[in-house]
Amino acid sequence: MGEVAIETRGLGKSYMLGLSRRGYGTLRESLVEAAKGSLGRLAGRRGERPDGDTLWALRDLSLTIERGEVVGLIGHNGAGKSTLLKILSRIVEPTEGWADVTGRTGSLLEVGTGFHPELTGRENIFLNGAILGMRRAEIRRRFDEIVEFAEIERFLDTPVKRYSSGMSVRLAFAVAAHLEPEILLVDEVLAVGDAAFQRKSLGKMSEVAEAGRTVVFVSHNLAILQALCQRGVLLERGRAVADAPVAEAIDGYLRTLERAAGGDLLERTDRDTRAYDESLISSVEVRDTEGGLADTVVAGRAAKIAVGVTAVLPMMECRLEIHNSLGHPVATLDSEVSSPVDVRDSELGPLIECEVETLPLLPGRYRIDVLLKGKRQIQDGLQAACFFDVEPGVVADRPTPISGADGDVVLQHTWRLPS
Amino acid sequence: MSTETVAEPVATDATVGVPVPETIRLQATRRFGRVLAPHELWRYRDLAFQIAARDVTVRYRQTALGAAWAILQPVGFMIVFSLFFGRVAGVSSDGLPYALFSLAALVPWTYFANVMLLGSESLVANSSLVAKIYFPRIFMPAGVLAAGLLDLGISLVILFAIVLIYGLVPTVAVLMLPVLVLIMLAAALGVTAGLSALNVRYRDVRYVIPFAIQMWLFATPVAYPSSLIDEPWRTLSAINPMVGVVEGFRWATLGTADAPWALIGVSAASALVVLFAGLIYFDRVERSFADFI
Repeated sequence: MGEVAIETRGLGKSYMLGLSRRGYGTLRESLVEAAKGSLGRLAGRRGERPDGDTLWALRDLSLTIERGEVVGLIGHNGAGKSTLLKILSRIVEPTEGWADVTGRTGSLLEVGTGFHPELTGRENIFLNGAILGMRRAEIRRRFDEIVEFAEIERFLDTPVKRYSSGMSVRLAFAVAAHLEPEILLVDEVLAVGDAAFQRKSLGKMSEVAEAGRTVVFVSHNLAILQALCQRGVLLERGRAVADAPVAEAIDGYLRTLERAAGGDLLERTDRDTRAYDESLISSVEVRDTEGGLADTVVAGRAAKIAVGVTAVLPMMECRLEIHNSLGHPVATLDSEVSSPVDVRDSELGPLIECEVETLPLLPGRYRIDVLLKGKRQIQDGLQAACFFDVEPGVVADRPTPISGADGDVVLQHTWRLPS
Repeated sequence: MSTETVAEPVATDATVGVPVPETIRLQATRRFGRVLAPHELWRYRDLAFQIAARDVTVRYRQTALGAAWAILQPVGFMIVFSLFFGRVAGVSSDGLPYALFSLAALVPWTYFANVMLLGSESLVANSSLVAKIYFPRIFMPAGVLAAGLLDLGISLVILFAIVLIYGLVPTVAVLMLPVLVLIMLAAALGVTAGLSALNVRYRDVRYVIPFAIQMWLFATPVAYPSSLIDEPWRTLSAINPMVGVVEGFRWATLGTADAPWALIGVSAASALVVLFAGLIYFDRVERSFADFI
């Protein structure tokens, strides 16, 4: 302990808007610009353009992570978490400042990167291992373990293209899990595979963490972060706004989520990066249809979630994810999974409504993430678009508990007891 | 990205014998980067091998004819060239059987053209790797070169078989073959590194390559002898590195009398210039690949 594994000072990364965000520069554009005298760009130099069209994905980050620490990076989409991991894993170069990384680094930014469908499972283990930075001898030594972990013994010599998606994910994670770097950088990779495999992966991750290795971890699942990490760094718009024990950092994050939900949704900048932006989410509201009180609903009563949008597009779809106060998903309502009772109404205007007949949630605070689709494209996405409180109530003639400490949902049920 | 080694891994902890891990500083580079940093390339040697092995395996597994392509392509061209240039147009072949004359040139040319075509796409085709994993990016175009060597070897065997069938016996000049291959590799690596890097930024490159390869073929004495060109233009034409390679291959495999030393010399120098120009450009833009790909 006490030895520094990662140290950053004034670390920053900027992207030039327009050029890097969508599409590629064409040779003609560059030639025209070169003719105008900025030969620098063709040569790959940067920092010569005016500040107006640069976006700082990460700015002025100074962090010290000691050997053996397990640190979670927390923040909205676009807060700079992935950018930081990409810099630390040497995929992108920082624009300013520096980072000192001491020890062998392994990064796991995506499961199965570099898998080739034509190669067999065996060949892919070696290829993928090498890609992740393992030596050949090392892979050979751990080969049996990897195969066993992935549960693919019978298909070792089958090309990966014939694998089910579950099998290839298992194989990919198995290779990655047996990587033994001193520093492990992980981005949102535990959300793969079936539940049993996820549990196994999570177990493997905590094993890694307990083995005294340094881990920097990004996940939107706050429960996993809380379970795995000791320390949390909260990033907001590229800057570290909190660096504290993980529970505190998560609290801070939840507070920023609420603050963001309180303001004008159209002014939020942390929108889904895949979005098409032809129609945006302008408001999200949860209403108790009987009481009429906004953003507070009573368990067991009817509730309506209304999503206001800026434009009506053909084939609009909406997906609502309800999370509990720890960020654990509780329920997903998806209009693409349609039912005969769904209605498309031309009179409705720029509004999407979802009605829940009997709200089966336990008392507590919940948040809704909204994904908006139209013209078969993702149009907009907002995490924590709205928060709402559930008050104790009555579900199927049975009072709910006063607090939500015993779970998140109420089931309609009947007991049969001896008398 | 600059990778200044702060602590060398040679130092060891005296008590436990655990190597002190080295510290790598990541920061914006102003000077030259790491394309030519031997330490860095050596550290990732296993990956280089795996990438080349993958390219070979996939190619031979995906194509019905596999290794036959290594032979069919140059031999097919040889037949067409023999018919049209040798018979119909009556192009001189320096007194050699036209078929042999063209095949000896087509063997290196086919390698060069294929490598240029596949190599320039190598970074874009592996964009998911480039965006998610760190490794010395030069392995992508270099891997294509390495994987192609197998085909080159096969087609050389066929070439020698045909030479023997024609009753010719290679002279000691055949010992120059490795040098000629090296000149070709230098030029090919320079060209593919430069083009693959350019392709990341400007996808126009993809459309230019097939056209450029055809033009390059006509600028190279594959179907005709360079002796058709008057001096000093003949020697000057060897600024195209493939001129020296192709004429050198004819001399080394067919045992023609006079060695084209001037052509080989000029081409070797030019290949080195191409190699360094390509690598320097690659190095300049390598660090921004992940931002653009």
